[in-house]
Amino acid sequence: MTFKDIFGKGSTRREVLVGGHVVPDPARCVQCGICSYNCPIEIDVRAHVWRGEAIIHSECLTCGECVARCPRGVLRFEHTDLFTRRPQ
Amino acid sequence: MKYAIIGTGVAGIAAIEAIRSVDVAGEITMIGDDPHGYYSRPGLAYFLTGEVNDKQLFPQMADVFSKLRFRYLKGHVNRILPDVHRLEMQSAASREGSTVVSVGYDRLLLAVGSRASLLTIPGAQLPGVIKLDHLDDARQILKLARRGKTAVVVGGGITALEIVEGLLARGVKVHYLLRGDRYWNNVLDEQESKIVEHRLLEEGVELHYHAEAIEIQGRRNVSAVKLLDGRIINCDILGYAIGIQPKLELATSTGLAVDRGILVNQFMQTNVKDIFAAGDVAQAYDPRTGRSVLDSLWTPAREQGRAAGLNMAGRQVEYIKSAPFNVTRLAGLTTTIIGVVGHGRDEDIVGIARGDSETWRSLPDAIVAQSGFDINHLRLVIGQKSLLGAILMGDQTLSMPLQKMIENRVDISPIRQKLMAPNAPIADIVAEYWIHWRPQLTS
Repeated sequence: MTFKDIFGKGSTRREVLVGGHVVPDPARCVQCGICSYNCPIEIDVRAHVWRGEAIIHSECLTCGECVARCPRGVLRFEHTDLFTRRPQ
Repeated sequence: MKYAIIGTGVAGIAAIEAIRSVDVAGEITMIGDDPHGYYSRPGLAYFLTGEVNDKQLFPQMADVFSKLRFRYLKGHVNRILPDVHRLEMQSAASREGSTVVSVGYDRLLLAVGSRASLLTIPGAQLPGVIKLDHLDDARQILKLARRGKTAVVVGGGITALEIVEGLLARGVKVHYLLRGDRYWNNVLDEQESKIVEHRLLEEGVELHYHAEAIEIQGRRNVSAVKLLDGRIINCDILGYAIGIQPKLELATSTGLAVDRGILVNQFMQTNVKDIFAAGDVAQAYDPRTGRSVLDSLWTPAREQGRAAGLNMAGRQVEYIKSAPFNVTRLAGLTTTIIGVVGHGRDEDIVGIARGDSETWRSLPDAIVAQSGFDINHLRLVIGQKSLLGAILMGDQTLSMPLQKMIENRVDISPIRQKLMAPNAPIADIVAEYWIHWRPQLTS
């Protein structure tokens, strides 16, 4: 197993759009505000990170702009179980 | 219970949050003389490059602050009278001018931070000489960059490069002076310094090694810098970042024990009853090493403030120093520094720099394994049973896993030999090992 095998299978944007949200690692954050500044629908992402909360917001598009723009790698996509199919 | 917090930075805010979490009725007063109050000082680097505007550096905390119910007094604390549990401050609030106000406290927190060490060579007072210590400095840099053509930057660490990058982003030609033969020699290894220097050259920075500025020349404004070897570099901006110093005046006049910062025990208490310290100004005791060290990092400041606040409110909470950790950009290259990675001193910095930790330089007898090509670089510092430190440049996939593994002193015995083999694929080995630890370290 190699590095790419392990990390290459991360969530794709499409997968995240239907089944995930953005989560923070608050220890990396310095509250610079680039995430909130770049959010197309003006969610205050930074405030979520300060509280250590996932960006669970009814209007979040999981577009990934905040994840990509954060210069310190605070944000990442993670799956939620919300849309996981239950076994028959 | 009456609480007074001196300082408006993240340590002070964290302390108030912690106090309020256990004491809903206490009176909390925050006092500070920073004209801008609470904002993201590390964010100044991104303001300089234009990635964020200055308004955005201020977190929208109105809701949070109103829930925390504290009084904010803008002004400078002149002295603390510990015997009678009072402090005297020069309040800037009155329209008639400043007045002396006396504030009583049962518990007091000093979270006054640090300030940039000042350049003292001749000409350092000339307009056009700049540092990057607070928001006004950053605004001044941008103002000068609008008409400036050439800048010389001296100093080291992260802040010097933030000035370099900011000026470059604004179209200013930059000369960067290094006193020695490479950049940040007590944290980065030779290869890492070279990676950063190579990228700076690619961006058009002119690097000068073994170069020490001894005089800034100019009549009304900076016009040139003279070096020790006699060379003269024409410029209209001189930027410097030669380290920071904890603001110790108040602590010293109050009789608090100080070394490089205010000495505090693991409960963030000073040697004077009911007075605590946290953040850049505090030299915190680390029970794991038995040493007291300075950190000038956002997250430790927040954690120290939290521990101090809880203890001020009557809890017994130890501040457990985490492995110091910073993610920064060096010459545009995202870099994570974790734990212990270097040693000695850097000629370009006096003491400690902003975004720095003394722990990074306490490299013990450990083995260093490296991997990397061009801009994806990983260095691990391998101890007997655990990883002691790591530097990642470029690809940051392993940043969080390594942070958790170093922080939690994960036993690496099963992979230690593999990591130390010549040309070992250390990133792959760590990634695979991480899979086993991930569930328990990220839950």
